[in-house]
Amino acid sequence: MQVLMVLLTGLVFGLGLIMSGMTDPSKVIGFLDLAGKWDPSLAFVMGGAILIGIFAFRFAATRPQAILGGPMRLPTARHIDGRLVLGGLAFGAGWGLAGYCPGPALASLAAGGSKPLIFAIAMLAGMAIFEIQDRFSQLPAKKAA
Amino acid sequence: MMIDWAHFTPWSSLAGGLLIGVATAMFLLFNGRIAGISGILGGLLRPKTGDIGWRVVFVLGLLGAPLVYGLAAPLPSVHIDADMTTLVVAGLLVGVGTRYGSGCTSGHGVCGLSRLSPRSMVATASFMLAGFVTVFIVRHLIG
Repeated sequence: MQVLMVLLTGLVFGLGLIMSGMTDPSKVIGFLDLAGKWDPSLAFVMGGAILIGIFAFRFAATRPQAILGGPMRLPTARHIDGRLVLGGLAFGAGWGLAGYCPGPALASLAAGGSKPLIFAIAMLAGMAIFEIQDRFSQLPAKKAA
Repeated sequence: MMIDWAHFTPWSSLAGGLLIGVATAMFLLFNGRIAGISGILGGLLRPKTGDIGWRVVFVLGLLGAPLVYGLAAPLPSVHIDADMTTLVVAGLLVGVGTRYGSGCTSGHGVCGLSRLSPRSMVATASFMLAGFVTVFIVRHLIG
């Protein structure tokens, strides 16, 4: 049941991305191009998703457990640091360059074409670089602790 | 500011956004998890026992979406201007950046803003700003 729900969730998420226009990089860049002919569509994607999200998170806060069991795993991090901002800036630069963010890149793979595939492989490589660097930088900290 | 009316698709974008919201709500209420794509994907590169299966299944759903969509309606046409080198550089930046910044458009943008999290607001402002500036440089300063 849990597995089926997760599969369905990923599917609905992907269908939403496709319907919204997020899987079309030229549309994403059209939204980011404030100085050119601006396509505000993606603000409607964000607005629609957050409209439902606000109610979902409010409701979730009143529930001790997930419906299918297990705890509510809400993020606990609160700190705002250079890592958060620099990471965001790097992500935004890549997003602006290609017009893909992680979800739409994955939801574009099965539609074919080598371009989303190249992007997705590079993205996974970037994530792997982070993992290696993160583990490496944590070593001295662990020894000290 | 000039609006690109020819490409403006408020209704399909709103409908897609609502679907993304529904998926986010489903994942939160049924599974107790945050639908943040970069986090779900990145966690696969940091494998922990019992923490792999759900990530793989979610990604499979996401990967299968165009196939299911195609059964009901023709897939929307897409246009990718970026060349191979740009795609590689962009992919690396998105991969590294989303992991350092602990989230992307879904985790910080949709979930974080829905939770009114100041941390996610800062992250979202950061990647939006960088996106605007990058497109301005590429389209209007260089291009």
